[in-house]
Amino acid sequence: MSDNYTPKSKIGKWFNDRLPLLTLANHLTDYPTPKNLNYWWTFGGILTFCLLTQIVTGLVLAMHYIADTKLAFASVEHIMRDVNYGWLIRYVHANGASMFFLAVYIHIFRSLFYGSYKSPREIIWILGIIIYLLMMAAAFMGYVLPWGQMSYWGATVITNLFSAIPFVGEGITTWLWGGYSVDNPTLTRFFTLHYLIPFLILGLVVLHIWALHVPGNNNPVGIEIQKPSKDTVPFHPYIVIKDAFALLLFSIVFAFFVFYAPNILGHADNYIEANPLVTPAHIVPEWYLLPFYAILRSVPDKLMGVLAMFSAIFILVILPWLDTSKVRSAVFRPLYKQFYWILVLDVLVLGYVGAMPAEGLYLLIARVATAYYFAHFLIILPVLGWVEKTNPVPLSITEPVLAGAAMATRQIPEKKLEINLKSLG
Amino acid sequence: MKRFISILVLLISTFFLNNHSISADAEKFLETDWSFKGLFGKFDRASLQRGYQVYTEVCAACHSMQYLSYRNLVEPGGPEFTEEQAKAIAASFEVLDGPNSDGEMFTRPAKLSDKFVKPYENVEASKAANGGAYPPDMSVLAKARMGGADYIYSLLLGYEDPPAEIKLDDGVYYNKFMYGNKIKMSAPLSDGLVEYNDGTEATQEQMAKDITTFLVWSAEPHLETRHKTGFRVIVYLIILSILVYLTMKKIWSRVETKV
Repeated sequence: MSDNYTPKSKIGKWFNDRLPLLTLANHLTDYPTPKNLNYWWTFGGILTFCLLTQIVTGLVLAMHYIADTKLAFASVEHIMRDVNYGWLIRYVHANGASMFFLAVYIHIFRSLFYGSYKSPREIIWILGIIIYLLMMAAAFMGYVLPWGQMSYWGATVITNLFSAIPFVGEGITTWLWGGYSVDNPTLTRFFTLHYLIPFLILGLVVLHIWALHVPGNNNPVGIEIQKPSKDTVPFHPYIVIKDAFALLLFSIVFAFFVFYAPNILGHADNYIEANPLVTPAHIVPEWYLLPFYAILRSVPDKLMGVLAMFSAIFILVILPWLDTSKVRSAVFRPLYKQFYWILVLDVLVLGYVGAMPAEGLYLLIARVATAYYFAHFLIILPVLGWVEKTNPVPLSITEPVLAGAAMATRQIPEKKLEINLKSLG
Repeated sequence: MKRFISILVLLISTFFLNNHSISADAEKFLETDWSFKGLFGKFDRASLQRGYQVYTEVCAACHSMQYLSYRNLVEPGGPEFTEEQAKAIAASFEVLDGPNSDGEMFTRPAKLSDKFVKPYENVEASKAANGGAYPPDMSVLAKARMGGADYIYSLLLGYEDPPAEIKLDDGVYYNKFMYGNKIKMSAPLSDGLVEYNDGTEATQEQMAKDITTFLVWSAEPHLETRHKTGFRVIVYLIILSILVYLTMKKIWSRVETKV
């Protein structure tokens, strides 16, 4: 890091001595980044974009939205019909949530594949999990605000989960509701929290990036590298332009949903105003919560189901210590690589059965998939670290990069390794 | 890059698969050409105007459209009645206004700025008049039903005599597209029920198509702008992507690695 940076201009130096913003800017532009980062690494920038989009569109929506059970639904229709470009702002916000989760899932699974959560990056990972948890809370509460049928009944189902807690459950649920059912006090507090959480996330994102800038980025090869060295490039312009390109491609997908399929990811029932007397045939959460919903429903006991659902998230917090392998990247872990893809499939299956009625074959599949999910983290990962025979890991990025990406997946010939070792002395 | 894109495409397609399997229904919806579907989809103006006629002469007896105002009938992207026509339409309805300076409520002919007049004072009144069933508000109906336009169109034409094993109560009708097949609305359309101002023959299918088009517009009044803007945005993004891609290639050519 360039701590000894001094601005060229006099005023710049004067300012920087008092508040070293220019040093920070210099650090950010010079930040040595591994030059072999692939496109899976562009989702950090994409996620920042998603967060800011949600905050900006959310601010405008909040100017027109009314958090009142009698007026909320109508105020959303007012936004869709009469507010200038209100339809665009709301569709960007609603689909933006889905895009946010699409990006965060890719970001998380990238980390799982390349072992980015391992030492010395555990804090970055844990901060990420907290951000993910807050995202789910924000998304859930945001979905309640239009006060449609799914809003109301989704809120009822999820808040009722807390009643499973022994002794104090009922009390907690009443406290959350601010009454004896989901009603106006619930809506107003959800609105307040929905407005607050994105700013908490923003703060955590700053910490997440700060924590990242201490050890620097992991990379597809998963080795520690000299920084700066010929294995790295300055963040600006190399990574900036690459992130920008990826963000544009992502925006095309985003725009497709907003303009041509704005309601495909939502549920039709949410265009029916909330009615406490009519329960929808199937209460389903938004797609991004489905895997956890499947875990919840796969356990016959309510309390155990709730515990299983929360454990499914909290297990990720201790992941850095569950994975005992010394090698980070799955590129050099032939067995882990296979289990990784099984896990991806497992989560997709959980998402699918989460959308289906919890009965018959679906329930059976959900149970098997839930058991496997936990087995992956609690049994497979710890054991794999001991029994897996990993492939030799190169000593620098330049080696596989120069030989083409294909080399990285194959074994590095022993001779080359020796030369590498010799050259290092 | 190639592998990256193929995995991404796979992920996104699983999404759609998921969505479709949820909406998979026992009975396949009837098919018809909708002018508003597709990248450049627009409403058929004449169909929207006929659709309004069907709404006001048939549906409006029971169904409200509380989020629509008479001014919407004039706005671009909708039925685009002339202002005079819309004013005349509005004036044919009476609305309650007031209180006036004497503190009295009074009725007056509706203006463009008024919301569509409702057939019933409140939900309870509508239930009382309809055998306990509430005729849903139709403003966003096309978005509030799985299958949207296809579902509504099919439902309107889906009335049949019930199979022998199903016994229906009084005021309950059999419809093969209704969830559970039982519906409290009697078949609303029959050939020649309305006399179209533009001379189009008012067959059941024609009326079903027109009213459905009208309902899609009322649920999504900015659909045309959305499609038009969307196309421009995506073309813009693609061009910008190409430019940024070339810039990126140029910048990264200084480093001996691929991007």
